[in-house]
Amino acid sequence: MTVEKQSELALSAQEDVVVARQLVRAWSVELGLSLVDQTKIVTAASELARNTVIHGKGGTIRLEIVLETGRRGLRLTFADRGPGIVDIEKAMSDGYTTGTGLGLGLGGAKRLSQEFSIESEPGNGTRIAIIRWKG
Amino acid sequence: MDRIPILKIGDFLLVSVQVDMHDRLAVSLQDDLTSRIVSSRARGVLIDISALDIVDSFIGRMLGNIAGMARVLDAETVVVGMQPSVAITLVELGLSLPGIRTALNIDRGMDLLKSAIERTGAASG
Amino acid sequence: MGVSTKRLFEIIQRHEDVLLSDWMRLQGESLASRRDRISESQLRANSQNFVMAFREALSAGNSSDTSRAEWGSLRKQLEDLSKQRAAQGFSSTETALFVLSFKQALFNTLRQEFSNDPASLVESAWAATEILDQLGLFISESYLKSRESVISRQQQELLELSTPVVELWTGILALPLIGTLDSSRTQVVMQNLLEAIVAKEADLAIIDITGVPTVDTLVAQHLLKTVAAARLMGADCIISGIRPQIAQTIIHLGVDLSAVITKATLADAFRLALKKKNLSIT
Repeated sequence: MTVEKQSELALSAQEDVVVARQLVRAWSVELGLSLVDQTKIVTAASELARNTVIHGKGGTIRLEIVLETGRRGLRLTFADRGPGIVDIEKAMSDGYTTGTGLGLGLGGAKRLSQEFSIESEPGNGTRIAIIRWKG
Repeated sequence: MDRIPILKIGDFLLVSVQVDMHDRLAVSLQDDLTSRIVSSRARGVLIDISALDIVDSFIGRMLGNIAGMARVLDAETVVVGMQPSVAITLVELGLSLPGIRTALNIDRGMDLLKSAIERTGAASG
Repeated sequence: MGVSTKRLFEIIQRHEDVLLSDWMRLQGESLASRRDRISESQLRANSQNFVMAFREALSAGNSSDTSRAEWGSLRKQLEDLSKQRAAQGFSSTETALFVLSFKQALFNTLRQEFSNDPASLVESAWAATEILDQLGLFISESYLKSRESVISRQQQELLELSTPVVELWTGILALPLIGTLDSSRTQVVMQNLLEAIVAKEADLAIIDITGVPTVDTLVAQHLLKTVAAARLMGADCIISGIRPQIAQTIIHLGVDLSAVITKATLADAFRLALKKKNLSIT
């Protein structure tokens, strides 16, 4: 996979979540994603950016246009040096309609993305990457 | 800090969300609406989200909270104008917005509020 | 390298008329069957523009790397040409022949020029080959891209034509689905329905699947998601035309239709829709 273009943004306050949304929207428009696909990735970005700020105690979002044989996509990587997630499976499966836990963000973001990867260790921060390909 | 304006139209309150809200703004909208419902004795709340191009879990929860608090204060809530791509994404996300009435636009929303209030009025009257 | 391109430039300048007519002749021979698709004058215009731009690119730089800036306007010409040819129904070979036959004409000219100087002939022929091979590949690739976008546009149009949303009454839409539904078609169709709901301000939509022979899990899920999305927007859906076989399949798949209103026929669904709007046919 080659990276055609990349940019990074700090996520330290709530307002950064809004900026991140708008940046992801602009990049997905540039990539030529359909309106529904744009909405999906922007929504996923909103969830993950919020998690980075609140649970991750601040971090970064990296946007990349990636190229693989025959297709281009938008990859977003969220990284923080926060407390990390103790039980990833549980965090991803918490119900959406209850509580304010991490599950709402992670599980939802996964469902809205075509590719999703997560690395996290208690005390060592979290790194989440999602991709949506131009179909 | 900027706040989202709330209009009073007869017995109803109308909120039109025009900006991309950060979490604090959404929370203050919740608070503002709650106090306005009480102070104006509004019977219904109409939230127009036709300008929102995304609704994430936080905003979804905010809408649910508003509807819940309004009900406790004897007011009905209707959310109008959701865009198709937002609706499709919410369904994929798994957010069903339970207990929230929806309508296509402000006019329909008003009609829905009126008939909902008539019904609850008849039940308690 | 610089010497060769300069030399090519001079030769082309001196022999331009002969080169052009030789090239036109070669194109005519290879495109004999295509006279109906393209006129002599159009072909001449294409060819003249090409030679002009080729000459300019040779004189502007001293490199045979056609990805460089000085070859930009020639590349643009080839892109436009391949789009035209693709739209006119030419094959990729026929399109590439435009460049390849020029190579042959140029070689004819070079052979004449250097009839007593084999070393120079080899050098200039090599320079010409390097450049024209790149351009030949470039025009082939541009052609492919154009064909792909023509095909996907046609597919899109076909998709839209085959799934019209009908307004049965003010505020009541019907979407009669016909034929087998694959996942991507269903998604497009459903998006169209939701957009029609907004455009027509319809709060009732009837999705009729009488004309659908089979429904698999994915399609059933898309149907349910559409109904849920319409609900979020403030519109209700009625699914009609569920034949006994489909009903069985759906139960078998474990899909839960309890939250959805269903009717056996489109007519029943319409009657229900009217009732919901407090209307009736008298």
